[in-house]
Amino acid sequence: MEHTSLLERVLRGIALTLVVVFFMFPIVWIFMMSFQTNEMILRIPPQLVFEPTLANYTALITGKLQTAAGTLDIAFMRNLWNSIFLSVTSVAVALLLGVPAAYAFARHKFRGSEDIAFTLLSFRFAPALLVLLPLTLYFQKLGLANTYFGLIWVYQLICLPLILWIVRGYFEDIPADIEYAYRIAGHSWFATFRKIALPLAGPGIAAAGLLAFIFAWNNFVFALVLASADKQPVTVGALAFITSSGIQYGQISAAIVLSITPTLALALYAQRYLVEGLSLGAVKG
Amino acid sequence: MHRAKPSGFRISKRVLPYLLSLPALLVCIGILIPFLTSVVYSFQRYRLSQPWARQFNWGDNYISFFTDPKFWNTLEISLLYAGITVGLELLLGLGIAMLLQKRSSLNNFISIMLLMPLMTAPALAALMWKLMTNPGFGVLSYLASLIGLQDFRWASSPSTALLTVVLVDIWVYTPFIMILLLAGLRSLPTQPFEAAALDGVPRSFVFFRITLPMLTPYILTATLFRLLDSIQQFDIIYAMTQGGPGDTLTVFQVEAYLNFFQSTNVGRSAALMIILWAITYFLSNIFIKNWLRLRERARGQA
Repeated sequence: MEHTSLLERVLRGIALTLVVVFFMFPIVWIFMMSFQTNEMILRIPPQLVFEPTLANYTALITGKLQTAAGTLDIAFMRNLWNSIFLSVTSVAVALLLGVPAAYAFARHKFRGSEDIAFTLLSFRFAPALLVLLPLTLYFQKLGLANTYFGLIWVYQLICLPLILWIVRGYFEDIPADIEYAYRIAGHSWFATFRKIALPLAGPGIAAAGLLAFIFAWNNFVFALVLASADKQPVTVGALAFITSSGIQYGQISAAIVLSITPTLALALYAQRYLVEGLSLGAVKG
Repeated sequence: MHRAKPSGFRISKRVLPYLLSLPALLVCIGILIPFLTSVVYSFQRYRLSQPWARQFNWGDNYISFFTDPKFWNTLEISLLYAGITVGLELLLGLGIAMLLQKRSSLNNFISIMLLMPLMTAPALAALMWKLMTNPGFGVLSYLASLIGLQDFRWASSPSTALLTVVLVDIWVYTPFIMILLLAGLRSLPTQPFEAAALDGVPRSFVFFRITLPMLTPYILTATLFRLLDSIQQFDIIYAMTQGGPGDTLTVFQVEAYLNFFQSTNVGRSAALMIILWAITYFLSNIFIKNWLRLRERARGQA
């Protein structure tokens, strides 16, 4: 494929341009809308050149929206905080539970270990509402409805299988002989785990954590079913936004930009590990 | 480094792995309980609005599906949605992966950029497209009017609602297939291709007889993975149209959600989810076999 004709190169160029335009355009457009006032947005034909305004972002951050009808409260910062808190805590819990289990599954094959690992994996593919709908009734009885604790528990459905299966692969890649040598030198099992296995699998654990964070952040259905307004993350909060009256399109766009920026930034940072994470460790990038 | 002192409390080697995986096991159990509850609900006549009338009706929820046009609509639209999205995404993803196959800094940059839709929350992606297809000011409605489609209603018209959500699904998930196939393409051994080039084999032949067969495990894994997610699609459809207009887009999970929260018919909702679960269970068994094979291969290379 070294000697490509000019025609082919031109066609490839056009195809690639179309691909980039299709996939980038919505992000660029919403980004532009977030710097426009409502009057600019409503103008037809849509304007490519405009005077940017930060008014949408100030309205979101201060939580006050000045309209002709008076001042409106926007709870968006609360949603943003919920997203951060829920995602960070869920990933921390999943790492705490998942990393030792991954190590056990990788190093000590024991009876039932594969069954547990595959059951956890199958959760990744089971319909979320199958579990969520009975859980709403249980949570109401247990007093867990609309609590961070309940939400974080349910978020383990996404975080734990991901962390378990990716980190397990990293532990399996460490030659067992290194650990045996350290054990023979008289160190305890725990010291071996902490001083040898954990540092060697470190990059993989970090990558799994970042990915789990992205998936927790992007989750929609858990909080939609189990949380009410004050516990909702941005994915659910932004949807409530569009239906509430008086909110303007510029603010919705700004809210979307603020909500997707963290995951996009993390994805760019962790892109080396994305392929592996997305395929749950089956394909290496 | 200090030597570990023998502590008074020693965990025997046999118990240790169980102890380590205990939390994961507990999470498993914590999730299997609501799952089993769902199974029980699906055999009950259970409406939240009439708790007194709750009783086992055994298979009635399932049997009534046979004569229920709403159920057949749900099944049809779910399968249609999964088939169209995964089919188109596979073709597009494979095409884009082939375009980006050569390792160059431009190609790498583009492939990283294309990950951005995939990292956008699907619910927010639907919201973005909702803004762009707004009949009042949406840029896509404007572009549609430019090419002669006056008053193109996108998601608010029953005839184009499916097209619109499929478009959003393609926007979000094509990069998923692209990135897996790109990794697959780049990991293929080069010798067969060099040999084919030396022999002057036509490129269509190379594609169908060398590239595709060697890429099959990757294609299978990516396709099944997407199929499993797509048949359960909720976020995009709910955020975009909440299953409407009418019942145009009431796929399984959306229909179950509406049944539970709007008509408070827990029994029917649970039965729907069990049927969806049976479908995904069947698919995931095939998937896991392929996925394991690919995983073994990736670990082998490491």
